[in-house]
Amino acid sequence: MASGTYTQIVSPSHLAGPDRASRSGIWVGIFAITMSFAAFTSALYVRQGSGEAAHIVLPPVIYANTLALLLSSLTLEKARRGIAKGLGPEVDESAAGMAWLVVTLILGLAFVAGQCLAWRSLATQGLYLATNSNSSFFYVFTAMHVLHLFGGIAALAYLIGRLAGSLRTFGQSLFGAIAIYWHFMGVLWLYLLLVIGTRL
Amino acid sequence: MEEAVVPAAHVHAPPEGFIRKHVFSLDHKVIGKQYYGLGLVAVFIGMGLSWLMRFHLVWPTTKVPGLELLSSTGAPGGVITPEYYLSLLTMHGTLMVFFVLTNAPFAGFGNYFLPIQIGAEDMAFPRFNMMSFWITFCAFIVLILAFFIPDGPPISGWTAYAPLSAVGKDAGPGLAWGQSLWAMSIAIFCVGQLFGSLNFIATTLDLRAKGMTFMRMPICTWAWFITSAIGLLAFAVLLPACLLLLLDRMAGTSFFIPAGLVISDRLQNHAGGSPLLWQHLFWFFGHPEVYIAILPAIGIVSHVLITNMRKPMLSAKVLIYSMMSIGFLSWMVWGHHMFVSGMNPTSSLLFSFPTLTITIPATIITLIWLGSLYGANMQINAASLFALGFVSMFVSGGVSGFFLAQPSIDIYLHATYFVVGHFHMVMGVAAIFGIFSGTYFWFPKMSGRMMNETLGKLHFWITFIGTYCIFMPFHYLGLVGNVRRYSSFVDDFMAPLMPVHKFISIAAFVTGAAQFIFLYNLIHSRFRGKQASENPWNATSLEWSIPSPPPWDNFGGKHPVIYHDPYQYGVKGSKGDFVMQDSPEQV
Repeated sequence: MASGTYTQIVSPSHLAGPDRASRSGIWVGIFAITMSFAAFTSALYVRQGSGEAAHIVLPPVIYANTLALLLSSLTLEKARRGIAKGLGPEVDESAAGMAWLVVTLILGLAFVAGQCLAWRSLATQGLYLATNSNSSFFYVFTAMHVLHLFGGIAALAYLIGRLAGSLRTFGQSLFGAIAIYWHFMGVLWLYLLLVIGTRL
Repeated sequence: MEEAVVPAAHVHAPPEGFIRKHVFSLDHKVIGKQYYGLGLVAVFIGMGLSWLMRFHLVWPTTKVPGLELLSSTGAPGGVITPEYYLSLLTMHGTLMVFFVLTNAPFAGFGNYFLPIQIGAEDMAFPRFNMMSFWITFCAFIVLILAFFIPDGPPISGWTAYAPLSAVGKDAGPGLAWGQSLWAMSIAIFCVGQLFGSLNFIATTLDLRAKGMTFMRMPICTWAWFITSAIGLLAFAVLLPACLLLLLDRMAGTSFFIPAGLVISDRLQNHAGGSPLLWQHLFWFFGHPEVYIAILPAIGIVSHVLITNMRKPMLSAKVLIYSMMSIGFLSWMVWGHHMFVSGMNPTSSLLFSFPTLTITIPATIITLIWLGSLYGANMQINAASLFALGFVSMFVSGGVSGFFLAQPSIDIYLHATYFVVGHFHMVMGVAAIFGIFSGTYFWFPKMSGRMMNETLGKLHFWITFIGTYCIFMPFHYLGLVGNVRRYSSFVDDFMAPLMPVHKFISIAAFVTGAAQFIFLYNLIHSRFRGKQASENPWNATSLEWSIPSPPPWDNFGGKHPVIYHDPYQYGVKGSKGDFVMQDSPEQV
């Protein structure tokens, strides 16, 4: 934890109480978010029971966004390895880790920008939030996902700030917790894409 | 003992300055007191509203001096209109359920004592903890704002049933901005509770002291832990429900509003929504919320009873497993609130079975209490009296639940005062008794001073007799067909029941007034009460092993080591008939 070095990224079994708590905390948070999206999904099923609306043709940009988000999970893992190696004398490796972290952030922001394009695309087709139940759910699902993704983006920005700053340290489990959350955002999006693609 | 204690680095620095110590504090104890304080403010507002309602029910045309200042349209000339009665009803229910019954026994006491009882220095995420409280505080302010807007508070009840809650001003007073403020407030509240629950779970899982196995945690710690798991799921569903409601209200969507709905002679510009969807989402939260209110009280009362019985429970393990069963079953029973909603009768039957099943763990808990009390050398004090009172209320209120769990009976009783009597006793008053019991028990630890026992006992007896006088007749009123949610009955077929209503109202005024004895005792004892020792009740759990009030880092920079479960009473220890959890003495 000394100033001037990257913090060791250790396996959960070696984490001390407070660090273990942040690992548990992120899983508990993921559980709650899953529950919220389960509620939205059940709302969709009940709502469709009271009348179907016209099917939505998904804007192609959605698929590019999906690719960006999935790639960002890979780049985050590259960053994790780079920073872990940076503990030793291979400073260049840790710098590369930092670069992958920035790429992850950029991909995350690209996903958000892409989702905005998808919303604009729908709007040009005359499909707004209140147009019909399918468009309502499309905007709700995608906006809620982006809202949660902002949490990950903020955490990544914080991490980059810490690493780029004079301290160059962060809590042992912080990176691990952020990584779990970020990967979960990808998994959640795949689930939402499945729901949006098949039900709306 | 000494060699087992090692210095600990605290999770945050000692607080400096008034703001950090008392306002934006990271200390779980200060945050616990803030939640409790917010609950106290909310309970007195809520009680004031119930007084106004009870007054209006009996004297509907009589002026309430000064009320027109609060709402010139809702109470012109100080006389409450029927619509304003519904506003008071909505705000009473919302304040009590969310800001009292969730805040005080769970977030308040839980925040203060859970970390100490497991031997932790603080919550796992102190900043999140502080944020949780202030988010909850914002939710409270947003809700209270509804009183001060021209539209007034909503009239849709604390359940905010759609479509009336979703369509806006056409549906009646308070359903324009008042209802929006309500939905925003509850959504904000959910965020605060989600952060809080997450903190409780992570703290319990990972910050237990050495030797503090799960089964060595006190029953109340278990209760807070189970409650936080329930809260996590329940508020995670209510939050999306409130967001969808807000979208229907503000963005023109139709999640809850059906096609062709005409309200106030106006065709609503919505199509295809499902009013039942709101009920499903709301009660998926709403029924677990009953256990969010009552489980911490069950835990607190068990803790107080054990200490005052001076012997262990018949089986603390079975009691804990029963609490878990209640928590688990609470997810399968929400439909019993919807027997008269038009839901498929087969669904009603399916929801009826798990509802009836819940009576099994609830009965086991009660039998454990009663069996443990049998032959106990019970110490009678304000805390133990309220704990006994809780058992009484829990049984009395629970028994009526058995009737309501059956669709064929519920259809008759659902819209009557029988239901009002049932949930007030089993959820409202019982949980409040748990809060009182916890307050009299832990006040010495929280403030370093004792509360006045004579005033405490006086408070108990008036409250105990008074609440029975209020809520038992409700059952009778319901059985004879007295509908609920009406603002007055004078010119109605229910007019012959007015003497009963008068009796209830007078009992409500007296019982409510007795709460000022408690308030006086609380404030007076805080400054003038007798100094409390470290362990005035000769209790065994960790909070009684540290000074009263505890230092900012709980254990003075040391890590406690746990050797026993917290039920070592009736044994021969060096301090008396008990052995503390952190004492290495053999028992």
